[in-house]
Amino acid sequence: MSTTTPAPARALNASRTTATAARVLRQLRHDPRTIALMVLIPCVMLFLLRYVFDGSARTFDNIGASLLGIFPLITMFLVTSIATLRERTSGTLERLLAMPLGKGDLIAGYALAFGTLAIVQSALATGLAVWFLGLDVTGSPWLLLLIALLDALLGTALGLFVSAFAASEFQAVQFMPAVIFPQLLLCGLFTPRENMHPALEAISDVLPMSYAVDGMNEVLKHTDMTAAFIRDTAIVAGCALLVLTLGAATLRRRTQ
Amino acid sequence: MMNYSSRPPEEPAVHAQDLTVVRGPRTVLRGLDFTVPRGQITGLLGPSGCGKSTLMRAVVGTQAKVTGTLDVLGSPAGHPTLRTRIGYVTQAPSVYDDLTVRQNLDYFAAILDPGRAAADRRHENVTRAIADVDLTTHADALAGNLSGGQRSRVSLAVALLGAPELLVLDEPTVGLDPVLRRDLWQLFHTLATERGATLLISSHVMDEAERCHRLLLMRAGGILADDTPDALRTRTGSDTVEAAFLHLVDEAIAAGRTKETTR
Repeated sequence: MSTTTPAPARALNASRTTATAARVLRQLRHDPRTIALMVLIPCVMLFLLRYVFDGSARTFDNIGASLLGIFPLITMFLVTSIATLRERTSGTLERLLAMPLGKGDLIAGYALAFGTLAIVQSALATGLAVWFLGLDVTGSPWLLLLIALLDALLGTALGLFVSAFAASEFQAVQFMPAVIFPQLLLCGLFTPRENMHPALEAISDVLPMSYAVDGMNEVLKHTDMTAAFIRDTAIVAGCALLVLTLGAATLRRRTQ
Repeated sequence: MMNYSSRPPEEPAVHAQDLTVVRGPRTVLRGLDFTVPRGQITGLLGPSGCGKSTLMRAVVGTQAKVTGTLDVLGSPAGHPTLRTRIGYVTQAPSVYDDLTVRQNLDYFAAILDPGRAAADRRHENVTRAIADVDLTTHADALAGNLSGGQRSRVSLAVALLGAPELLVLDEPTVGLDPVLRRDLWQLFHTLATERGATLLISSHVMDEAERCHRLLLMRAGGILADDTPDALRTRTGSDTVEAAFLHLVDEAIAAGRTKETTR
């Protein structure tokens, strides 16, 4: 195609991004059951876990902290993959891309909306774990929240990305076990990663969830921000950005 | 805004030359030449599966693998500057079922005309678009709770936002009752005559053809005729456009046969 006139700027447009985020949140507001499920299930699971490990508070500390990082990732993955799949199948994505909406605006809008929800979800779960269930964190609960938020962003990014490869809601839901379960098994939740078979440990080294859980454990054991914590958060944030960019590449203005 | 007075008035809204579209193993459109004049309603008619939707997607710029020349409003189809100047309605209504009619329009209006400074203008445009498609009483109903015909009118209202110069409507009147169909066609004529918009409307209902200024008759990825309804009827000696279309199809089939037998 010839480009005699300059193309509109590729950069994010703040108004279009916030309009998109507001629209996504408005859609959710018409669906209060989904919001209730998203916000309450992590709390119920933590509550359950606390009394499953009634006799060993240390185990609850370890697993509880890890789960605070894993819950937002899983919920946001599911919600985003279904939401963007709907956007693709309902024709609204085609309509939006025929309008002057940048792909970045759309993705940032989704990330903003689900990020907001993730803050609410993580704040509730972290607050419950730290103040009511006696989760013993040495570091600041704010750092727990920070990691939880980055995990939510990573979940949003992964969900957006896999939605491009799902033709139906059935397939989208099946991507959950395919993408999330291997990470769950290898992230060090069940056994420290260094005790795994070297091959599995090597795989776990390249999976982003491992760093989410490592970061949570750093906060659990140290009062200050350690170098390892900063490395872990940087890796999770970097992965989220990378996958978001890959997700943007799956949005095509021209389709078959 | 651009200065339209400097543009020659005879420049068509859409100009296609040797337009070909391939989808998978199939060539859906084969070497089409046609023009769509400005400020008029052009009907795109033909049986389902003949390539009407693909042609419309090519004009809007959402169709991949388009070859040949296709100029829309003076730019190549799909050019970024065209995105605010074209309104497009797909066959299936593309709106958010879990938003109300007004919330749907508010969002799309914010994409077309962003920023806080434009809020009043957006509100005006949204209210007018809802009134245009006669949904004012349903403005606060969830789109998912509306009937099929009402939802396709919400989809149409989105395309009317921002007063586009070219409206591409893929079967906008399917499933509507006769009264609504008449009202919508009145709206289309108002858009063309009073607001100067160009409309490209597909349909497989031949009686709607009579209401267009010009017709493009399609069959199997090719264009059978490009003329006014009157000229078509006169040329084929038929009373209706439907009869004219059937006449042209028979002619095309016969021509195909003689070509084969003489080979």
